Parts: sequence; structure tokens; C-alpha cells
Amino acid sequence: MSDLREAIDFSSFVRTAEAGRASMDLAIDGVDCAACMEDIEGSMRAVPGIVSARLNLTTHRLRLIWDGDKTNASDLVTALAKGGYRAYPFEQSRVEQEEARRTQWLLKCFGVAGFAAMNIMLLSVSVWSGNVTDMTPETRDFFHWLSALIALPAAAYAGQPFFRSALASMRAGKLNMDFPISLGILLALAMSVVETALHGAEAYFDSAIMLLLFLLTGRYLDQAMRKRTRAAAGNLAALKGEIAQRLGEDGALVAVPVSVLKEGDHILVRPGDRVPADGIVLSGTSEMDTSLVTGETMRARVGSGARVYAGSMNFDGALTVAVTAAGEGTMLDEVARLVEKAGEARSRYRRLADRAARVYAPVVHVTAAATLVVWLLMGAGFHHSIIVAISVLIITCPCALALAVPAVQVVAAGHLFRAGIYLNSADALERLAEIDTVVFDKTGTLTLPDPNVVNASDIAPDLLALATRLAQSSRHPLAHAVARLAPRALPFEGAEEVAGAGVRATVDGVDVRLGSAAFCAADAHAPSSADVSLIYLRYGARQAAIEIRQSLRADARATIALLRARGLDMRIFSGDRPEAVAPIAAQLDIDLAEGGMNPAQKIVAIEALRDQGRKVLMVGDGINDAPALAAAYASLSPITAADLAQAQADAVFLSDRLIPVAQALDITRQSRALMRQNLMLAVLYNAFAVPLAMAGYVTPLIAAAAMSGSSIIVTLNALRMRGVARPTQVERSVASPASLALAAGERRA
Amino acid sequence: MNVLIYLVPLALALGITALFAFMWSLKSGQYEDSEGPAHRILSDEDVKK
Repeated sequence: MSDLREAIDFSSFVRTAEAGRASMDLAIDGVDCAACMEDIEGSMRAVPGIVSARLNLTTHRLRLIWDGDKTNASDLVTALAKGGYRAYPFEQSRVEQEEARRTQWLLKCFGVAGFAAMNIMLLSVSVWSGNVTDMTPETRDFFHWLSALIALPAAAYAGQPFFRSALASMRAGKLNMDFPISLGILLALAMSVVETALHGAEAYFDSAIMLLLFLLTGRYLDQAMRKRTRAAAGNLAALKGEIAQRLGEDGALVAVPVSVLKEGDHILVRPGDRVPADGIVLSGTSEMDTSLVTGETMRARVGSGARVYAGSMNFDGALTVAVTAAGEGTMLDEVARLVEKAGEARSRYRRLADRAARVYAPVVHVTAAATLVVWLLMGAGFHHSIIVAISVLIITCPCALALAVPAVQVVAAGHLFRAGIYLNSADALERLAEIDTVVFDKTGTLTLPDPNVVNASDIAPDLLALATRLAQSSRHPLAHAVARLAPRALPFEGAEEVAGAGVRATVDGVDVRLGSAAFCAADAHAPSSADVSLIYLRYGARQAAIEIRQSLRADARATIALLRARGLDMRIFSGDRPEAVAPIAAQLDIDLAEGGMNPAQKIVAIEALRDQGRKVLMVGDGINDAPALAAAYASLSPITAADLAQAQADAVFLSDRLIPVAQALDITRQSRALMRQNLMLAVLYNAFAVPLAMAGYVTPLIAAAAMSGSSIIVTLNALRMRGVARPTQVERSVASPASLALAAGERRA
Repeated sequence: MNVLIYLVPLALALGITALFAFMWSLKSGQYEDSEGPAHRILSDEDVKK
């Protein structure tokens, strides 16, 4: 957390208001109980100059308002860090603001529809009971006019979400589910007004408004779920808290958030830091681990003039880098171009509900027209015929059909959320369910993104304890791997780091060293395989060699076996050397593994699979995987993935395990089965209700009962998933705050 | 049935009052955080001062 103790220039996140007041929003990590709320707000209020501190326990965000003269953003973040809460300022993305606005709007519509539904029902029940007793026609007309007075403005307001969407779909020439909904509501209202004017006994104001209320409930729940997912994803992005060391004109070093870096800025990349932005090395030499960029696990030497990409890990030397945009002919430019081209295919996917609507709307409209014609031919009057035809339209108005899919979606998205899987796109749920082939990237996907100690059990426990404590004082990535063995170990007082060599300290008068073989005067140790890095420990006369390697995710084997049992075909497409891919593939029993692939080759391979009629799920994390993620039928990324890759993935999972891949497939498959069931239920309801309506037996009372009944059945069926969806009980994979911190690439020193 | 002259406007007025109350609660941000307030009421932070 040393990064947070330095004064960081957060000014770009601070908003200033009148009277010298400043405010800032922070994403907070580690809020897991109600007591945290008091703790955080209390500690903030104790800071002089704070005007208000309010934590939102739903979104885990803190809004601070303070007196601009008395304190500053950087100090406040430091104060939070001292209390044990990782905090990072963030700005709401445009998408998130838009979603928040839409949620509010839907809630308003819902309020209006609810008000109207209650009052109209009150009047309708009176009319229904009045019709079988002694109500005078004058009183009935009066009640109908009152209903119209409430229903028409309410529908005009609360129906907007559907009317707008229906208009848009009409203009695009592709009718969606909102078209039959809007038509049904409008016709029901129009007919009711005409009937009321003609002193008729039947008006459908209640049906129309209730339909709106049910549908708005579905829309709102769907939207609320999406908003919650988006907020959580926004927090994770903010909590990565990437900070760059920018060199000022005068040579002074200022720590700034990465988001404010501009082209041409000069930045310093210290050993143990990830490169914060793409650029060209101006001075210095170092070893770079580019596994997040290319999938290559062998480190490469870079010197002045070399291109470095955001996400690469700098190992041993300090570099000065000039920030550049993706220039022509660079790898990043190539990747961006491939991503754009590959994404086109996916945007053609048509959602289940829209496909249903395409069949449904014409069938319904033809049925209604046929009803009108048949009644006319049978010699009924025009007035009666048109009433029957419209009642067919009202009863078929896809209340159940329009709830069938969203109700399941909300429950499924909630399950995924609790399993630590965040959906990026709305139709991903349906696409993930259809997968038959899974392609994995190796580095950072099958393996953990950060290297790990592999021979801990071979080392004497007391030596290992010394090593973990000593490692706390080093910034070197290999030392981080050692330090992670015991995150709560205390660093030694007076430990010092010798650049390019290691760390040392004196314990009870004995010299302890952790670092290179020469630094520790240790005997060279023969590594157990070629991709192992070594770090040595010397304690008086004793010594140990610690092997560090990118190891498989703990449950990779079990998950692959589970996926195989589900009948999925699996492959590995890696950018790493074939000889590094082979042992991993052998461990996982995956025969079809290819190494040394560049981004374009990955796309070609995925397209070849697609041409065989397969539906491919790509799981990858590197920048080099981004085009493949975009080209595949569906895609998943771990949270540690490069930003570019995450942006292309349908869903992101938090865990440092692989099981979320299986969970995502299980949950989406279940949800698809339920969606189909629900659509069948809706069809069944229509098969029963439509003949009744065509025969002219549907009164407003029957319409109201049938529509709410079918909506409730469909919703209950969707909720059934809450009980069954405890799918892959291999191990709980919800990320703990500790593993999250690791995953977010927290640097400790 | 003359009683309707009072009862209907009364019912509508009540409904509209409820609608306005809902709109006010929405505008004042009461749906932004659905978990926090449940715990906030147990806090006696403000009494201590």
C-alpha cells in the first residue's frame, strides 16, 4: 500500500462547489458489514475540515464533502487506508450515469402506473359487482369516465418506455416485443373510450393499466440488476487504482491516476510496477514480463527505443517512458483493427424474446383480423365484431410472453452476481447457454496471473517464515510471490533493499538475505523445469532456494474435468511458446493445444471452429486475446485481464479459481431452459384463452384475471431457479476480499 | 348514491397524495441505497455528540 501513502494528485476527481467546498466519490473495498459503515463515516468525520461523509452500503461508495482549505483528497484517501479500507476515487462512467437516469425514469413510470392501477381497480370492482346487482347505467358510465380520466394520462406517461422502443423498432424495420405490447395497450384504451361514449357495459381500462404495471415491474427489476452489476464492475475498475509516476517539466515526480495521462507525458516505471500506459522507452534498461500482453511467459530485455505496452510487468530496472497513442503498425493498432472486425459478427445475434416476437406478432394480428371477418360473415353487427376482435388482441397481449424472458434473466443475473460473475452484455446470458466448445488462453487464464512459490513444502518452515517477512520489504515481483505466502507477516525493522540484488536484514544479530544467488552467496540450485525462476535465502549458515513459477489455478484440473463431463470440447490457444504450453495441456488432459499464436491466428482458428458449426466460448485475459474474445460466440475474462480484453468479454469473473467458467455455463443453461419453459407456458395460456376470446366470451373481468394469472405463473416459474441454481458445488468461488485485492494487482511493499 | 360526490374525490385525493409522496421519496434519493438506512437507524453516532 505504499502507493497510497505517497501524495497522489487526485485533483482530476475532485469537484468544487461554492464556498470553497470540494467533493469526491470513492469506491471502497472491504465493506462487508454494517459496522464498517459507522467505522468509515466516523473516522472520516473525525478529520478536520470534513463537512459530510456518507457511505452507500448498496454500491460500496463513499461521498465526501469537505472544506477545500482544510484538507485534501490525497490525505483523505490515506486516512481511509490507515483504517484498513482500500479506497480509490472514481468518476461515474457515462454509461453508468445513463443507466442510473433510466432506472429513476422506470421507477417514476412504475409509480404512476401503480397509482392508476389501484384507483381503476377500485372503480372496476364496483362496476363488476354492480353489473350483477342493481347498478344504474348512469353510475356505470360515470365510473367508466372516471377510469378513462385516470387511465389515459397515466398510460401516456407510464407507457413511454414501451411506446418509444416500439417506434424505434418500427423505424429499424425489425419489430420487437414492444410493438404488440404498445398496439394492445393503445387498442384496449381506444376501444374502452368508444365503448364508454356509447354507454357500453364493458371497458378494458383496468386490463390496459395492469398490463403496464406488470411489464414495468419486469423492466425495472431487469434494469436494477444491471445497474448493480455495472456499479460493482465500476468499483473494481476504480480499485485497481492504477497510478503512474509522471515526470514534470522541472523533473519533479508526481503520482497521478493513470486516467489523466496524456500522449507525450514522460513517466517513470519503477521495478515491480506494471507499465501504466503504452509508450516508448527513453532511457534505462530492464527485464519485462509481457505475459498480460502477449501470453509469453519468458521475460524479455528492453532498452531505450523499445515499445512497451500497458500491463507489462517491469522486473529489475527503472525506465523512463514517453506515453504514445497506438501508432500505425504497432501490435496494439493491429489488435484494435482485428477487434473491430471480429465484433461485427456478434452484433447480428437476435435475442430469444425478439425471435419469439417476430413469430408472435403476425400470428396474433392475423388471428384478430380473422375473428373480425368470421363474426361479420356470421352476420354479427360491425360493432360487436370489432369488440370481439379487439378483445382477442387484448387477451393475447404478451403479458406473460414479455415477462417470460426478463423474469428469468433477473434471477439468473442475480445468481451470476453472487457467484462473482459480472455480465457485460444483456444477451450474453442466452449466448453462453448455447456453447459447445471452450477455447482457453493459457497465461493468466488457466494459470494464475501472478507467479507463485511452487516448492514451499520442501523448505524448512522457519526459513520460509523468515523469507516471507523479508520479502515484505521488497518491490521485486519474485519477492511479491514469496510475500503472498503470508500476507499478514510483519516486515523486519531496518530491512534494506539493494537494487538488482535483493533484501537484507539483521535478525538477532544474524544476517538474513533474500535475493539472487550471488547476493546470498548460495549454491546454484538446478531448477525443476525451464520456466522456473529462483530466489535464494541465506540465514547464517543455512540457505534455501525458492522456486517460483506461473502455476495453474488451484481448481483448473477439476473444472476442466467438470466441463468435459458436461460434454464440452476443449482447446488451448496460447501466445506462449509451444514448449511452455505442452506441459499445461498434458496436466489438464487437453489434446488440442496450440502455442505461439498471434492475435490474427487465434481469430482464424476460432473462425474455423465456427465454420464447423460450433459455438465457441473464448476464455482469455491478454491484450492478444481481445480479438479472439470479440470473434467468439461468447467470451469470459478473469478480472485481472487487460482492460482491452475485459471490454470485449461478455462477462468478467472475480475469482482466482477457474470454476466460474463452469458456473457461468450451468447457470445460463438452466436459465435458458426456464426461459423456454416460460415461453411454452405463455403459448399454453394463449392456446386456452384465444379460442375463448374468439368465441366472444371474454369480459373485462375474465381478461383481468387471465392476464394477471398468467403473469404470476410465469414469474413464479422463474423464481423456481432460486431453489435449484446451486449448480457447481465444487468449492465456493466467491472471491474473498483478500483474493480480490490480489486479483486487482495490489502492490504491497 | 349521492355519497359518491364526496367519496370519489376523496379516494382520488388520497391516491394522488400517495403518488406525490412516492415521487418525493424518489427525488430525494431514498432508492439509491436500499441497505444502509436499515443499519443507520441503530447508530447513535448523532446522540453522542
